[in-house]
Amino acid sequence: MNAPPLLQVNQVTKAFGGIFALNDVSFDLHEGEILGIIGPNGSGKTTLVNCITGFIDLTAGEVLFRGRVISGKPAHKIADMGVTRTFQIMRPYFSLPAYKNLVIPLFAPRAKRTGGWRGGGKLGDRNTVSIDILEELGFERESFVPYKMASNLPTGYLKRLELARCLALNPEIIICDEVFSGLSMSEIASMVPLMERLQMEGITLIMIEHRLRELFRVANRIMVLNFGEKLMEGTAEEVMADEKVKEAYFGSEEVEEVMEHA
Amino acid sequence: MKAQHEQRRKERLDRGIKVRSDGIYALMSWRELCYLVLPRLVLIVGILMLPLLMPTMYWQRVISIVCIYALLTLSFDFLAHFVGLVSLGGAFFIGTGGYLAAILNQSLGLPPLLSIPLATVIGAIICTLFLLPCLPLRGVYFAIVTLMYPLLLMRVIEALNILGGTDGIVGIGSFANRWVEQYFIIIMVLLFLFGVRRLVNQDLGLVFRAVKDNDQAVRASGMSITYYKTIAVFIASAMGCLGGAYLVHIYMWAGLSTFALDFSILPIAATVIGGAGTLVGPVLGAFILVPISELLRAFGTLRIVFYALILLAFIVFRSEGIMVYSQRKYHQFEKWVRV
Repeated sequence: MNAPPLLQVNQVTKAFGGIFALNDVSFDLHEGEILGIIGPNGSGKTTLVNCITGFIDLTAGEVLFRGRVISGKPAHKIADMGVTRTFQIMRPYFSLPAYKNLVIPLFAPRAKRTGGWRGGGKLGDRNTVSIDILEELGFERESFVPYKMASNLPTGYLKRLELARCLALNPEIIICDEVFSGLSMSEIASMVPLMERLQMEGITLIMIEHRLRELFRVANRIMVLNFGEKLMEGTAEEVMADEKVKEAYFGSEEVEEVMEHA
Repeated sequence: MKAQHEQRRKERLDRGIKVRSDGIYALMSWRELCYLVLPRLVLIVGILMLPLLMPTMYWQRVISIVCIYALLTLSFDFLAHFVGLVSLGGAFFIGTGGYLAAILNQSLGLPPLLSIPLATVIGAIICTLFLLPCLPLRGVYFAIVTLMYPLLLMRVIEALNILGGTDGIVGIGSFANRWVEQYFIIIMVLLFLFGVRRLVNQDLGLVFRAVKDNDQAVRASGMSITYYKTIAVFIASAMGCLGGAYLVHIYMWAGLSTFALDFSILPIAATVIGGAGTLVGPVLGAFILVPISELLRAFGTLRIVFYALILLAFIVFRSEGIMVYSQRKYHQFEKWVRV
């Protein structure tokens, strides 16, 4: 692949006091691919997301999006460029109904600029557009689910709402911070095709996951983090076969179990 | 053997008329139309009638003061419950608006009906600029800073002996007659009340509410929280400055007492009494509290004691607020059923 990478993370380091949450992490993300990031708890996965999307400042290193430096910019500017994220702990607007939750991103400058008539503007009513988007993500239009208060929605729908908020912005990259965690097996099973469809629509995805089997099904490449450092990067098979990963992440007995399932 | 208590619970049933969406109702009869329109009509007509019902000049003046407090309360409720900024800035807004109107009237010779709108807009810009540094912060800082500015400005005026110093600016032009004076502010209160109510249900208002609910998600949506907070603070301080500019013109005097902390504290009490987050409730709260405080003047020094007791009773027995309580009574049938 000779095209320049969509997102370049160059030697990103983040220190909280004397503790390095991220140490010299670099990777490239190419257009249209799904990159999976795995690692044990506390290995710096969410910190990496926060660094890329500008929610926290880097200690060293830089992040480039389409060749332009985005590290150091405020979070809303980075989201405005099309690098969006979901939150691991869902952050809906609890006091608003689900479909009104989407009116807010649809009101954002990026949605107005890129959305055409779907952006709301004079022609499209944002309420209608938001119900369209929610339907794509599995909120049945005819049911009352889209009209329910976000505080009454179950986790599965809240995770979808997180994705919907990103989609409303017509993003180029969505960084999914554990969208499968906390979901039942059947809910995950219905989310997997969704991720595949997003990829087909040309959205580049970074997925941080603990659900390895589902991740390995959708991801093109996997990166492994441990103690804030990048252990390795490769296809699912390469990662599974790697001795370092086995030791650091799976623990030696568990890996057989995972392999059997996969 | 213990006698078993009969256990009962309250069953509530929505009385509501058929609602199609946020703003569209399917009205089937005159009764339903009245059900919807009557409360609003009673409020509007009631407030418009007030000056005619007041027996003396003194009470008519009280109505004007009530309206100023109503604007401040509206501004407090809007910021606190729809944007998530707890503002103690009533005194700051009143003082800024008041002194600006005084200066505009004195040095440029503008009549009240010109100086008030100008002082409102310029005052709101000044207040917003002063408050801008603490807008990116979350938490209690906004309250502290808004409380600090009036104290600071008061001392600055006193120490430097500018803007009339402790004497204040005297001889400010008044309104043509008392009807203009009364109805100007009453119409302003109604305009802002229904305007803000409409605003918080628009898309922009939803963004304000989203900032209150979850500012990180707003940032993740590619929107600057500071920008939207700035707009909200501008709207809120415009209401306060309008009240201040008007106050100066009815007293024909702008002095240090326009920075009095009453303007910051009373709106909070009125919001508690009226029902937080309802916008109408807090305005009603101001219409109840300010006259009560005037009526209690008969008790002399004990006035504050009775005032505090009334407030306390409200907080203990009706902490949800008048408006929330009466809305529930109006919209729902209630009956006791045996469990």
